[in-house]
Amino acid sequence: MFALVDCNSFYASCERVFRPDLAGRPVVVLSNNDGCIVAGSAEAKALGVKTGMPLFQARELIRKHRVVVFSSNYVLYVDMSRRVMSTLATLAPAVEVYSIDEAFLDVSLIAPGELQPLGMTIRERVGKWVGLPVCVGMAPSKTLAKLANHAAKTYPQTGGVLVLTDPQRRERLLARTPVSAVWGIGRRLGQRLQELDIHTAQDLARADCRLIRQRFSVVQERVVRELNGESCLPLEARLEPRQQIIHSRSFGEPVSSRIAIRQAVSDFTARAAESMRAEGLCAGAISVYLRTAPVGKPQQLFPHSARATLSPATTDTRVMVRQAVQMADALWQAGYRYGKAGVMLSDLEPGGREQITLFQQDGEGKQGKALMDVMDAINRSGKGRVWLAGRGMNRAEQCVWAMRRAHLSPAYTTRWKDLPRAR
Amino acid sequence: MTALPYFIERIAAGFPSPAQGYLEAPLDLNQLCIRQQEATFLLRVEGDSMVEAGIFPDDILIVDRSLEASHGDVVVVSLNGEFTVKELRLTPTPMLVPRNSRYAVIPLAEQACEMFGVVTFSFRAHHPMGRARG
Repeated sequence: MFALVDCNSFYASCERVFRPDLAGRPVVVLSNNDGCIVAGSAEAKALGVKTGMPLFQARELIRKHRVVVFSSNYVLYVDMSRRVMSTLATLAPAVEVYSIDEAFLDVSLIAPGELQPLGMTIRERVGKWVGLPVCVGMAPSKTLAKLANHAAKTYPQTGGVLVLTDPQRRERLLARTPVSAVWGIGRRLGQRLQELDIHTAQDLARADCRLIRQRFSVVQERVVRELNGESCLPLEARLEPRQQIIHSRSFGEPVSSRIAIRQAVSDFTARAAESMRAEGLCAGAISVYLRTAPVGKPQQLFPHSARATLSPATTDTRVMVRQAVQMADALWQAGYRYGKAGVMLSDLEPGGREQITLFQQDGEGKQGKALMDVMDAINRSGKGRVWLAGRGMNRAEQCVWAMRRAHLSPAYTTRWKDLPRAR
Repeated sequence: MTALPYFIERIAAGFPSPAQGYLEAPLDLNQLCIRQQEATFLLRVEGDSMVEAGIFPDDILIVDRSLEASHGDVVVVSLNGEFTVKELRLTPTPMLVPRNSRYAVIPLAEQACEMFGVVTFSFRAHHPMGRARG
């Protein structure tokens, strides 16, 4: 038995915890660079604000209904997510963090009659402890738990908790769920299934497993089995070691100078390296890519990405930045406007296994590590940041390539100067 | 040829330290002040409505949302769209009591208010060093 716990309008709800004046008011949160709407409170959705809508299209609605607008405050959302997940861990033996606002719980050991009360407890506890509303769906498979959760969100009469064990109830829910809304199917597969006269989740559940495997793959066959209540996807409580760490951002304004591109790449590399070290990993390779503006339109030049091997694998920002800036210099071409850049660290391995090469100066690695430890400690302290001079002298948010975040809320839970205030 | 074991660790030749076996972790303020970490939030005090309870402007409040508020607790509630810190009284009627005689009691019956959490500790910097840090 699985429970899927999903936070309602997570980003918007996080913002509201610290802004009691916004209770009942429509709230939207914008994507990186304030480009489009990535989340909206129920009130905002009721006004017709849709996720994915570009901000300029929603401007009129926002003005007319005095919708409150926030830039993405990931520092806050990550901290609130951590709180939700560890609250859930007080109620279930195993928690799989599925995304920033969703988690699967193992509830196999709970007596059938206790499932509904447990769902209510989860809702109450996360609401009381963290201040965020959640919905809970429970079912014998993850795919059904996902559907149950969606139904719990959609139908108020569930009270936010739906236990999908009754076969008749399951049939009714499957019958009114379009096949493309099933977890792991999506729009494109949904279209192909409709050609086979499979329109609803119920049609898919009744489809012949072998046929689905032949036409599609074993992944979709598993979906069919899962829809019939057979659990094929276990709880993955242990996180897979990361394969790569990416830091990429669209620029607030298109950038054409080589210096600005260098600075951005240097900054992104340093940030990727910092999160890599926080996970105790070191990188064996680094890639850089540049995109011309406007982002999303066909590229104006080629090649736009490059990769370099780091030998030995390293945790040292200086080594990575040197490589990254060299590649950025090689990729950059005069006369183009760039809208986005990214840095990817790959071939990651545990930091302790750093190999010594023949030509390495004795102690070089040790000193580098000590320096990185000091940098990380300063940068995590919230009191200020230190960085390599190649990134430029300005604070990151003042650089031309900085993200636009005009409506950023305070980091209420992670910075001393940003604490919420009580009179 | 005879293989001889080679020990990398240094072996102390003198008496073992009499302090051995008495190592304890240093005192940790988090352990004292925070019982349910995921439900604990810090807030900054504004204004002087609680000075008689020893809560002054710029103090930091530790607020535990996992606790049930009871009569006599210092609580943070949202009232008219902002957070306020007051003492909660449940009898004879529910009210929020400022601990400063210049402020009026706030009866809860006629106000729309929502509990944020129970204040478990408050602390204040007495030296410029502490103010610079927090």
